[in-house]
Amino acid sequence: MCGIVGLQIRNREKQSQLGEWLLPMFSCMADRGADSAGLAVFTTPVAPDVRRFNVYSPDRQYNWQKLRAALMQRSDAPVDLEAVENHAILVSALPPDAFRGWLPTVDPSLHLLSVGRSINIYKDTGHASEIARRYGFGALNGTHCVGHTRMATESAVTPYHSHPFTAGEDFCLVHNGSLSNPYSLRRRLEKYGVEFETDNDTEAACRFLEWRMRTGDDLETALHAAFAELDGFYTLLMATADRLVLVRDAFACKPAVAAEHEEYIAISSEFRSLAHLPDIRNARIFEPHPEEIYAWKV
Amino acid sequence: MESVTTVSSGSTPPQVINGQVSLDASRYSTREINDFLHHQAALLGVKQVRILNPDGQHNLAVGLDLPVEVEIAGHAGYFVGGMNKQAVINVDGNVGWSVAENMMSGTVRVRGFASECAGASGHGGLLVIEGDASSRCGISMKGIDIGVGGSVGHMSAFMAQAGTLLICGDAAAALGDSLYEAVIYVGGRIHSLGADAREEPMTPQDHDRIRQLLRRAGLERDSRNFKRIASAKSLYHWNVEADQEY
Repeated sequence: MCGIVGLQIRNREKQSQLGEWLLPMFSCMADRGADSAGLAVFTTPVAPDVRRFNVYSPDRQYNWQKLRAALMQRSDAPVDLEAVENHAILVSALPPDAFRGWLPTVDPSLHLLSVGRSINIYKDTGHASEIARRYGFGALNGTHCVGHTRMATESAVTPYHSHPFTAGEDFCLVHNGSLSNPYSLRRRLEKYGVEFETDNDTEAACRFLEWRMRTGDDLETALHAAFAELDGFYTLLMATADRLVLVRDAFACKPAVAAEHEEYIAISSEFRSLAHLPDIRNARIFEPHPEEIYAWKV
Repeated sequence: MESVTTVSSGSTPPQVINGQVSLDASRYSTREINDFLHHQAALLGVKQVRILNPDGQHNLAVGLDLPVEVEIAGHAGYFVGGMNKQAVINVDGNVGWSVAENMMSGTVRVRGFASECAGASGHGGLLVIEGDASSRCGISMKGIDIGVGGSVGHMSAFMAQAGTLLICGDAAAALGDSLYEAVIYVGGRIHSLGADAREEPMTPQDHDRIRQLLRRAGLERDSRNFKRIASAKSLYHWNVEADQEY
């Protein structure tokens, strides 16, 4: 069992309330998974020549200013830093591939959580409420977000095995379920040079979709390929800079409920985590059908 | 009759007035609500219960065994009305997985849609889903009657043993797979039938059975528009010559 949540604010004037509306959804779904939790938030994109690099440290008192200074020296350009305890957002002009290569040379204990112009990812082991409090989820603003509360069933409980998973830029995925063929998928992808960071089944699905999109598919085509390739149970909730996308496996083994309201789109594993949303009684609430692609434009 | 109960750990006890009581699910825990319904309601002569602010909580009004009417004023979560005996439970909203699971008697009515496994393994009573029911509706039903105003999802009535599943709308894939003696009536389109399920000619008895169920369920439809699906019974006995190709 795991919990998934997603929220998109349709009314631009209400985007400052993203975190406030999300927080009870997220904390409620800790009932479905209390060992780890994470959230991806999409905010106003940075300039095209820079990227947001989200970095995780196992050290809660990590010296991020030192890392920032090293990055400024490496890139020979200014770096913006926003850090909370063991999480930092560095906005830098260093190209993503160069950043990926550079980071472990500075400190191999650091983990690159996400890269993109819009995406920030926070994730760690522990209870969703504690993680939300640490990183101030209640005060986050942005256009949309996807979150996950994990009850691990197939791979280790570590910050790196937590969801959301990401690949490429401005793309993330959370998963409720379990896949039975992540290793064969992974072996196939590795032949094409796709690199993995964990042995988690969801990472295989995430990298499969990103690889398909990088090689020419749009997300819908990639998802149809995933329906054929992924063996197992899944409700997958994905986000790109401009879309929120939800699918369930052919047997609809894992739950999902969606609420469409003129002010927001809200998705969760269970309705009770949506019950607090404003005017939810007038939302169109429905259960997504198996193997249908539900995509909402941001 | 007016009386005040003494249940609830630390909460103000609910007030029963003229056999009626309101239970606010934002004040009382699910356990307190169900405990009241199991152990206090009959003693206090409760006939009507209104559960306020259910907000999708799970396990509301499960295991009841008394002739009481329960109105749930909003959406309910998983297992609402499970194992029900005698009670009439109305949900003024949608329900999560496994509504009225293993119901024995009484009635559960959902005015919205139901998620998966509605009425699973129900032995008796009546379950009405006024909207759509999701996949595996009536799975392994054992005598319950289920009326669905809308459509049902895939694998509905899988291994259904007894009772009636009446679907006014469409049925998704593999309807009635491995069906036993339960009978399915479908008003709309059937995406596909499961193994050993087959369409059979409608008889006057079938029309009577549909009319009665429609009336009990409060669904207004023309009984002439339904198809009968029942078991071909080819799976009842092991066939050594079938070569596993059923």
